[in-house]
Formats: sequence, C-alpha cells, structure tokens
Amino acid sequence: MKFEFNHSIIWGISLLISLLICPLLPGIINKVKAFFAGRRGPRLLQLYYDLGKLLCKGAVFSHTTSGVLQLAPVVSLAGLGGCILLFPFGCAASPLAFTGDVILFAYLLALGRVLTVLGALDTGSSFEGMGASREIEFSALAEGALFTVIAFLILITGHFSLSDMLIGFETNQWLRFCAPMPLIFGAFGLVLLTEACRVPVDDPETHLELTMIHEAMILDYGGPDMALIEYGAALKLWLLSSIAVLLVLPVPGSSMFWNILLYFGGVFLMAILIGITESVTARFRMLKVPRMLTGALGFALIAILWIRIFRGGLL
Amino acid sequence: MNAFVEIISVALLITDLVLVISGRLLHSIRWVAIQGILLGLLPLLLHESGFGVQMLILAVINLSVKGILLPLLLIRAMRKADVRRELEPFVGYTASLILLLAATAICFGFCRYWNIAPGAASPASVPVAFTTMVTGLFIIIARRKAITQAIGFLIFENGISMFGICMMLEHGLMVELGILLDVFVLVFVMGIALFNINREFSHIDSDKLNSLGDWDLPAQNHKDGEAEQ
Repeated sequence: MKFEFNHSIIWGISLLISLLICPLLPGIINKVKAFFAGRRGPRLLQLYYDLGKLLCKGAVFSHTTSGVLQLAPVVSLAGLGGCILLFPFGCAASPLAFTGDVILFAYLLALGRVLTVLGALDTGSSFEGMGASREIEFSALAEGALFTVIAFLILITGHFSLSDMLIGFETNQWLRFCAPMPLIFGAFGLVLLTEACRVPVDDPETHLELTMIHEAMILDYGGPDMALIEYGAALKLWLLSSIAVLLVLPVPGSSMFWNILLYFGGVFLMAILIGITESVTARFRMLKVPRMLTGALGFALIAILWIRIFRGGLL
Repeated sequence: MNAFVEIISVALLITDLVLVISGRLLHSIRWVAIQGILLGLLPLLLHESGFGVQMLILAVINLSVKGILLPLLLIRAMRKADVRRELEPFVGYTASLILLLAATAICFGFCRYWNIAPGAASPASVPVAFTTMVTGLFIIIARRKAITQAIGFLIFENGISMFGICMMLEHGLMVELGILLDVFVLVFVMGIALFNINREFSHIDSDKLNSLGDWDLPAQNHKDGEAEQ
C-alpha cells in the first residue's frame, strides 16, 4: 500500500511541475528554429511574459456573438484538465486511471476542439469559418490514426487504461514487439504535428488569414481568453509529446528518480525534435495533408497487421 | 540479430509507402537510394550464417550500385529530360496508398497462410519482399512518365533481391549479380532512350506513345497552328 502511495505522490509532483513548465516547450521549439535560421529568436520564457501580459488585459466581445464564443476557451482548457488527470506523469500510473479511460482521454481532447470550432462559427467571420472547416477535416482524419495507434497499444499490452498501456510494458515484451514500433512512432508523430498545429500541417507563426488553421479560429479572442487558449495549446503540446516519449521509453525502471529525469528529459528532447522537423520541412499544401494523415493511418494499420500475423499479440 | 533484420524490413516497408505517395521525382529517387542502402546493409546482418565473403561482396556491390550509382544515373536522366514531378498519374496518390495497404495485407496473409518460406532469416522479411515487388509493379502500371516507370522497375528488383538475400539461396551471389547487371543496363539504356524521346517529342509521357500514327500528326499540327494564330 505504501508503494502505491509513493506512486501517487510522484505522479502529483510531476503533474504540478508539468503544469508549471509546459509554456517552456513552444519557447524551446522557437529557439531551435531560430538557431537553424541563424537568428537569436525570442526569449525562452517568452510565453510566460505573453501570458502575464494577456491576463492583465480586459476582453472585448462582438455584440453579434452568443455565449458560445466566451465558453469555448474555458471548456477546451477544462477538457485538457480532465485529460491530464488520466495521464501517467513521470512514469507513475495515474491514481484516477480506470479501464477504458483512453476513450475518455481522446474525446476530452476532441471536446475542446469542437467547442473552439463552434466558437469560431459563432463569430460569423468567413475566415474563422474557413479555419474551422479545415480543423475539422484534418482532425477527423487524425482521429482515425490516433485510435489505430491506441488499438495497437491495447493489442500488445492487453491493458485498456492509458496508464497501463503506456507504462505497463515489461522489458521482454518490449523487445519482442520492437520491430513495428518505428511505424507506430511515425504514425503518432504525424498525429502529434496535426493535433498540436505544428508546421507541416499548420504554422503557428503565420498571420495570413488564407493559410491559417488554428490561428484563424481564434482571431476574435483577446485578453484572458487568449491567455487560456495559448496556455491550453502549450499544455496540449506537452501532453502529446509525453505520449510520444512514453512510446519510445516504455519501461519504467526501478528507480523513481531516473524515471522522472528520463521523462522530463525526453519531453524536452521531443521539443527539440519538433523544432528540427519544423526547420527542415516546408509546410504542406492543404491538399497534401489528408494524404499524409492517410499515410499515418497506413503505418499504424501495418504495425497491427505485423503483430497480429507474426507475433500473436493479445490472443 | 533477428531484430535487426526485422527493423530493416520495417524500414523497407516505410520506404515502399513513401515511394507510392511521392510525386516529386527527385524525392522518389532519393527514397529509392535509401531503399538500396537498407538492402545493402541486410546481408551484413546475416553474416553469421556462413556466407561471410559472398555476403560481404553482395553488400558492397548493392550499396555502391543501388545506393549510389543507379540513383545518380536516374538523377542525370531526370535533369536531361527536364522532368520534375509526376503530374496526373493514372491512379491518384491516396488511392495508390489504400491499394498498397490492401496489397500489404494480402502479401502478409498469403505468406502466413501458406508458410511460403520456412527457411527465411526472419518470418517478416519475406512478405516485405513481396510487398516491395508489388509496389514496384504498381508504380510501373499506375504512373505515366517513363522515368517513374524505371524507378518502379528498380523497386521491383529491390524486392526480388531482398527475397534472395533473406532466403540465402545457394549461388545467391551469382543470381544477384546477374539481376543487378540487367537492372544496370536497363537504367543505362533508359537514360539514353529518355533523352532521345524527350528531344524528339518534348515530353516523356509513355501513355502518349500508345497512339502513335500518321493520322494523328496533321490534326495535332492543325491544333498547334490554331494556337499560334
């Protein structure tokens, strides 16, 4: 029982640290991009300054909008708040985990997106409508790939909860199934870039209305609502990078200290990796994104095929 | 040991998927080169099984010819014929991907069901070899440009030689070298032919060669004339 209690404390501390330092991730990505471009780039803590500035401001809303516009940022951050309670931070299982919580996790992420889209439609701006349409199209395709990745994890671990699925491997099991893992990691990487609105799909830096996706949907927000949205985006990036890290580093060691160190180190490494990807690839044409996401789905399906045919898996 | 073979098999499968959805020729050629290099590494990981020197020779030749020489030839042919990308393929890219996924599933199921190659180095490598062959054939069928079809042939050959390496057939080396010579000559001849076709007709859509005939020419000239007016 004491062991369990220890786990919960570690999970709680990691969760709090994650909540505090997640705005660092976009800073790291921007630093890496600036390094590749030969610039100095914004400060590492830039997002903290931005959040502070936005929180001190007031908000203005158009008279033609209804409450949905104001509801959207709060609900999407609340959805993310629900997600993080189910996630195994610092390689310690979440105390709130239950069987099948992975479905809840995926759809809490989706809930925030749906509210953002509804808020964008609520403003009646044609640009925001366009952004909303693109967001829904791409995320519908990404969801298929995400669930195929989840199905793969369920098949090889036999667990249905997010915590057990991500950290419930044993070393032997991991070695047995390591071959299709690059496929799964590739598929999830593409999903991550889509969900977190990073470069090959969407450019968080762009401010040309015709090319924006996520940025187009939040044109009408300012002040504290904008701060909620920015923080939510950073938190989502942190969460998705953590999943990617746990896919590569699935075996919790015996020492808690090393687990935590590896987890946080892995997330920052992931941010550097995203920064490098953004620096060396150009943004895709809109028409190419569905092709890429179908490719991600294909990767995950082949991985499932591989273990089903050659390794038995669950059954 | 076995795990390395499997990881290379997975990497080859990824190259197949990328090749079937890539439209830019330079991109495709680079990925074919990657495929050649992966294939060259494969015999080095199998050396414990007693084919030491032969496998080493095979690896070196595969690496140099498929990883470097043939891609360079293809890039040269591409520059000379002045084509950059495959426009309007017969089968769209997303449809190609879905068809390839179905083909992969069939290849995997086929190899599993009939247990085609019990002596292979790794159970997964044989279906991957088949999938690579299917990818090559599919690209030959579904793309318009002669140079993409040559790339397809190269992929097909990669599949065959992967099968050969993983089965470690007797006299594998001789068979491999024979096939390699064929491919080399083919790509070489294709490069020259491509250049000449391009000079004559100002495009290399092999599709348009289907309707060669005298009766086409006046009509086409007429149309060109109209365009000029």
